[in-house]
Amino acid sequence: MLEIKDLHIVADGKEIIRGVSLRIQKGRIVALMGPNGSGKSSLVNGIMGHPHYAITQGHILLHDKDITHMPPHEKARNGIFLSMQHAPALPGITVSSFLRNACSALTGKTLPVLSFQNMLEIEMKKLGIDIEMAGRHVNEGFSGGEKKRLDALQLVLFKPQFALLDETDAGLDIDALKIVAETIKQASAVMGILLITHYTRILNYLTPDEVHVLQDGIITRSGGKELAEEIEKQGYKNER
Amino acid sequence: MAFFTVNALDLLRYVSYHIDAYLYDIARSIMIPDDTSVYDKADTAHERYRAGFGVSEDLIREISRQKNEPVWMLEKRLRAFALFLETPLPQWGPDLSGLDLNKITYFVRPDAGESKSWEDVPEDIKRTFDRLGIPEAERTSLGGVGAQYDSDVVYHNIKDEWARQGVVFENMDTAVQNYPDLIRKHFMTSCVPINDHKFAMLHAAVWSGGTFIYVPPGIKVLFPLQAYFRMNAERGGQFEHTLIIADKGSEVSYIEGCSAPRYMTSALHAGCVELFVGEGATIRYSSIENWSLNTYNLNTKRALVEKNGTIEWINGNMGSGTTMLYPCSILVGEGARSESLGIAVAGPGQHQDTGAKVIHVAPRTRSIIRAKSISRGGGVASYRGLVRVGKRADETISHVTCDALILDGASQSHTYPFIKTENTNSEVSHEARTGRIGDDELFYAMSRGLSEERAIQMIVGGFVEEVSKKLPLEYAVEFNRLIDLQMEGAVA
Ligand SMILES: Nc1ncnc2c1ncn2[C@@H]1O[C@H](COP(=O)(O)OP(=O)(O)OP(=O)(O)O)[C@@H](O)[C@H]1O
Ligand SMILES: [Mg+2]
Repeated sequence: MLEIKDLHIVADGKEIIRGVSLRIQKGRIVALMGPNGSGKSSLVNGIMGHPHYAITQGHILLHDKDITHMPPHEKARNGIFLSMQHAPALPGITVSSFLRNACSALTGKTLPVLSFQNMLEIEMKKLGIDIEMAGRHVNEGFSGGEKKRLDALQLVLFKPQFALLDETDAGLDIDALKIVAETIKQASAVMGILLITHYTRILNYLTPDEVHVLQDGIITRSGGKELAEEIEKQGYKNER
Repeated sequence: MAFFTVNALDLLRYVSYHIDAYLYDIARSIMIPDDTSVYDKADTAHERYRAGFGVSEDLIREISRQKNEPVWMLEKRLRAFALFLETPLPQWGPDLSGLDLNKITYFVRPDAGESKSWEDVPEDIKRTFDRLGIPEAERTSLGGVGAQYDSDVVYHNIKDEWARQGVVFENMDTAVQNYPDLIRKHFMTSCVPINDHKFAMLHAAVWSGGTFIYVPPGIKVLFPLQAYFRMNAERGGQFEHTLIIADKGSEVSYIEGCSAPRYMTSALHAGCVELFVGEGATIRYSSIENWSLNTYNLNTKRALVEKNGTIEWINGNMGSGTTMLYPCSILVGEGARSESLGIAVAGPGQHQDTGAKVIHVAPRTRSIIRAKSISRGGGVASYRGLVRVGKRADETISHVTCDALILDGASQSHTYPFIKTENTNSEVSHEARTGRIGDDELFYAMSRGLSEERAIQMIVGGFVEEVSKKLPLEYAVEFNRLIDLQMEGAVA
């Protein structure tokens, strides 16, 4: 289990997350919603160890082990995956080389180029991604949807224990949304998922076990799928 | 054998989208022949000779005598030497005060076997050989202590093929004997004249070894003239001269140097490269230089480009304590083009002063300069460039882009772009960016399991990709490996 206990996160001298607790279990999907600027991205970036988001209080426990201040690459190697809302481009680094290096780092095994290439092409096909993307530079000149597909591909390749997905459904066309949602759904059988989203559209394809609403750095409401539907109709205005 | 090698490499290039450590091993195993006979000591018939310190008229006469040169070459050397004596050191650019020209050995016969042993090769260089996986025989050669790598064996077959088409690919010393007219006409005359600057004068006086290439009209040499004798000590000397003549409509790629560090006991490397690009011809010249840190690398490289000709420069500099290198294209014919791509890496204690020059003489000429630098650990990387557009050069276009990556607060990057335009009907632009590795990029890579060091290596590898992708595979792989090594310890 990935457990977040009373987490406080400061960015640029400002406390953005002001005491958030969550538990993510294997096989479950936890949805996190909330208005723009409420701190959703700050929370997951902070959990992963982004240098701009300092954890000033609280703990992150992975199977009861304190990993609060572990550097990002060790968190990753311990099975945590973050799909960033705005993943940066890595100029000059091809997708295939990046993914192969990442897989090698995550598994501790050097993967042969050719067999990795084969596996990559199979997974890309499944996700409806053009094979050509393997030779492009990571996220460079990618459309919003292409970036999200690359993240879905990484989710499949890396097989983490816990995935933090920050608006991985944003900007996807209908067909891609179906594929990505299906991918997450399948993944959720073997891992725990924290899904940040603004829309219930993706929830048509997969059912969250819990829904939480983050406002101004704290969780203001929690419930099941029906909470998401209510928010879809009424918005966040009358929440507090 | 060489042809199979190329096919295998092409295949590898096709199936892989990026060059990396794994491919490196494959490439090496293909490139390095198991048959050790190719490492056999070359021609031991030469007398052994090693000059004392310093340069003098006597030494120059001795060099010329040993090479059995025609009189005109000796006279040229002596004229250059006289000019050298009366010319002061350049007063601009990096500090050269540590360079004592009287403490340098100016002439060593390649097979003289320097009086040093493997133990004398600095530890850091040995370590780098280790990490790069350089085979034993190559190591000793690169370290300057071993037998010469006699590549003639390897490239002989191809040489016959070229010879049928009239392509000449020779050692420069030999070429002076075999092609006296061509050499006399082109050697340090209109391209780099002997009075060009202090180190060109010195070079003209004491030059030894190097490469001569002549490509007849219309002939396209399909794969780069290179690797097969990259270890040849004669070519890697201190004052080697490269002269390439690409006649009308011909095409040739040439690559020299190597990315593995080359240990020199002597403190000065002053080579000279002259390229003649005929009408409609193309020369692609690539060079990776990684001299040991105790050297001053003061090189002169220049191309004269005729009508509709194209010169492409690719230069990588990661070695030497101090480098001054500004490959220059003189676009003398209408529609001539020049493209320069340079990368300089300045680590601890290094000053890389590099750049490019383009002189637009004729109308409708084009030039592109892309300069990249990485500085870290207190290193200084400077771009120094010149774009000059002459009165006649109507409708000329020139673009200069400089990208500097600075890895820490102790390191520096400078840009000195000089632009002189005498023609109002032309377009010259300059763009410079200086940056650090972004926190987001680093975090993103680390969140995929890469250690900070590995993430930095990868991002820097991406930064230099533009250069490495233009190099032949085995060079590119080694080049990337070396950049990786140089980034080790980059994490505070
Ligand atoms: N690095 C930072 N430095 C300073 N302020 C920041 C930083 N990152 C986020 N913030 C601020 O913290 C607040 C929360 O931002 P965050 O990106 O976490 O919101 P969000 O809930 O993900 O919003 P959205 O739904 O628009 O993605 C915002 O006011 C934002 O401006
Ligand atoms: Mg967000």
